[in-house]
Amino acid sequence: MRKMQVRLSRAMRNNIHGFWMVICLALVIILPVTMAAGLYWKSSVLLHENSLLSLVFSKEWKPISGQFGFYPFIISSVWVTMAALLFAAPICLLTSIHLTQYAKRWVLKVMHPVIDILAGIPSVIFGLWGILVVVPFIGNYLGPWLGKQVSGYSILAGAIVLAIMIIPFVLNILIEVFKNIPDELTEASLSVGATRWQTVKFVLLKKGMPGIVAAFGLGMSRAFGETIAVLMVVGNVTRIPTGLIQPGYPLPALIANNYGEMMSIPLYDSALMLSALILFVVVLIFNLISRYIIIQCDEKC
Amino acid sequence: MNSTKIHLSKLDLHYGKQHILKNIESEIPEKKITVILGPSGCGKTSLLRCMNRLTDLHPDAHLSGKILIDGTDILSSNEDITNIRKMMGLLAQRPYPLPMNIFNNVAYGLRISGRKKKKYLHHRVEHYLKLVNLWDEVKDRLHDPAVALSIGQQQRLCLARGLAVDPQIILADEPTSALDPQSSQAIEEKFMELKEAYTIVIVTHILRQAKRIADYVIFMYMGEVIEQGPVNEFFENPKQEKTKEYLKGMFY
Repeated sequence: MRKMQVRLSRAMRNNIHGFWMVICLALVIILPVTMAAGLYWKSSVLLHENSLLSLVFSKEWKPISGQFGFYPFIISSVWVTMAALLFAAPICLLTSIHLTQYAKRWVLKVMHPVIDILAGIPSVIFGLWGILVVVPFIGNYLGPWLGKQVSGYSILAGAIVLAIMIIPFVLNILIEVFKNIPDELTEASLSVGATRWQTVKFVLLKKGMPGIVAAFGLGMSRAFGETIAVLMVVGNVTRIPTGLIQPGYPLPALIANNYGEMMSIPLYDSALMLSALILFVVVLIFNLISRYIIIQCDEKC
Repeated sequence: MNSTKIHLSKLDLHYGKQHILKNIESEIPEKKITVILGPSGCGKTSLLRCMNRLTDLHPDAHLSGKILIDGTDILSSNEDITNIRKMMGLLAQRPYPLPMNIFNNVAYGLRISGRKKKKYLHHRVEHYLKLVNLWDEVKDRLHDPAVALSIGQQQRLCLARGLAVDPQIILADEPTSALDPQSSQAIEEKFMELKEAYTIVIVTHILRQAKRIADYVIFMYMGEVIEQGPVNEFFENPKQEKTKEYLKGMFY
């Protein structure tokens, strides 16, 4: 009898724990879906009056007169993200290859916590560093050198700050990627007479390609959504950027700068919600594309 | 007839503070199958890896002594390490095909050493795939990824990849341990054929395999060579106590 009770309560406890785990799992899945739904619901007001395409490709942003063209913001976001990725990619790749293939073991041991610490620095600090160092450098040196009179608050400043922010993040993933490639593969390549560099080029990069794509895909999502550090250095001028040292106004900055203010303007909050939705969807698409490439690569190699 | 291909002399290997190989002295005969035998952890794999200096990859490894190949010490020579390694084909415990298609796996070694003519490559790839009896199975799908092959086929592919750079020595580290009996047999038979042209060194812990294929046996225990000699002598008339004890565990 006693034994039965114990068993029952253990089974019950097991079920209860199982139940909570399922609830938590469901939360994780449902939350983003409801967020997307909420954003869509809020922005549908604006979408009723304008088509999505016309909003996305319209260049006019005049909330007072009811014109909400997202094109300048989207383009700014794309420029900042792409430039950041371009700066970060070679640094991340070469560093991770050096750390995992060439460096002595203690170097990696020292670098691991260093990279983690870098990844944990609050983004506002990167923003400050951007204002204090990058912006003056572009305004006082790079701009004049290129023969342009600029403030320094620019796409380039945003991209540099962003690149430095995503480097530790991408680097961590890349190190894992290269570490997970079995040593035997390296040895196989070396033993047919390949040099270290040939092995890296023909074997490791290829074997690690899905992981590399995933790392940069995630880095890109992060860069695209990063708000405060970019906002601080990018200039926030509503126009289509004409060059890297010109100011821009990326989507996250638009939302952060304006939400809560000027809400008396009709449709303004709806427009901001739509930009949030665009951000959400774009990040989702980045992730889907990187997953797709991963699957393709897995099948081929 | 019985000339020495690899001469190991006063070879010591340390990994950090661990003393892995202790004063190894051995002469590995040319165009014979030499089996390095011993319980796991005795250093037999490390010994094999010394021979093409894969121990260089281990940052804490320290290797001293001499490894003479045809009289040239590969530990002190100024010869390019890639050329030294090219003299030796390596077959690992499990097949590790390179992340590319079947054709390129075999052509890889040739390509990186600068042989790029298509016709030549094709000819060589066919030759070596035939040599390992893989050609008929893969000739219609040379451009499929190598990982699509069965594990036994992969191991033969890896053998072809190693042979394609025209080595003189084949180093094999328990090359059949991941394979099914049939594939194992195929590999063993291949080794018996290949010893006509190559000096073969095989690490194994399978006594019966050693007995089947070896010409010469090196028995290691705790980082030392306990006994070595021609296969018949080794199995039928072991001299050392340790060897006798080890062989007692044998069933047939």
